[in-house]
Amino acid sequence: MSAAINLDVLNEHRSYLVRYAILQLRDPHLAEDAVQETLVAAIESKSKFSAQSSLRTWLVGILKHKILDVLRKRSREPQLNVPDGEDESELVDALFKENGHWADPPQTWADPEQSMENTHFWEIFEQCNQHMPINTARVFMMREFMDMTTEEICQELAISTTNCWVLLHRARLSLRECLDLKWFGNAR
Amino acid sequence: MLDCKQNTELLSQSLERPITLRERMAMRMHLMMCRGCRNFEKQLAFIHKAARELPRKL
Repeated sequence: MSAAINLDVLNEHRSYLVRYAILQLRDPHLAEDAVQETLVAAIESKSKFSAQSSLRTWLVGILKHKILDVLRKRSREPQLNVPDGEDESELVDALFKENGHWADPPQTWADPEQSMENTHFWEIFEQCNQHMPINTARVFMMREFMDMTTEEICQELAISTTNCWVLLHRARLSLRECLDLKWFGNAR
Repeated sequence: MLDCKQNTELLSQSLERPITLRERMAMRMHLMMCRGCRNFEKQLAFIHKAARELPRKL
């Protein structure tokens, strides 16, 4: 093991970890708690850290487990697990006509790859994530951001595979609309 | 014959599970005729890529 792991070293990663946790948990306090537990766990198990991987990657690995713990706890507390205010299927209904064709067919996006180099694009991307209904966003972030498989997500949230696919699809449709409107300038 | 709504569902599911040959053919047929869905397909791939890039952009 090369660099010693102590609180100072770990604190350099704190703000990154908090932002990571907020994206998934959408609650700054819960995110802070999860990060705190992550740092404690990191100190306790620092002998398990191998210098072959980056410290940040290792910390994110621990944080993912802590985030899942929080989600598990919350799903057992019905008062926190309130359904979304809006009907999530409304979005899908609005995008397609009765006959299943696009109400407003997607137009070409100009140079999306270039957008990834733009800081402002990532702000919009985060905003669009926040804009999604919370259950939809949660599944999407578990899948894409935390890199879990559909099977793991289903098990974690006790939902069916089909339900999981439906939520992921809605998330993608919603993100596409939002990016189209707020970034790619195809607002019509 | 797939409509756009069904086609987008399949495109999305192709990121989650192996797609059968029959489904793949149906999607290809639809995409040949539908510019909106061709754009959607590219944008879906972009969103997938961008979401996976997000942790590095925080």
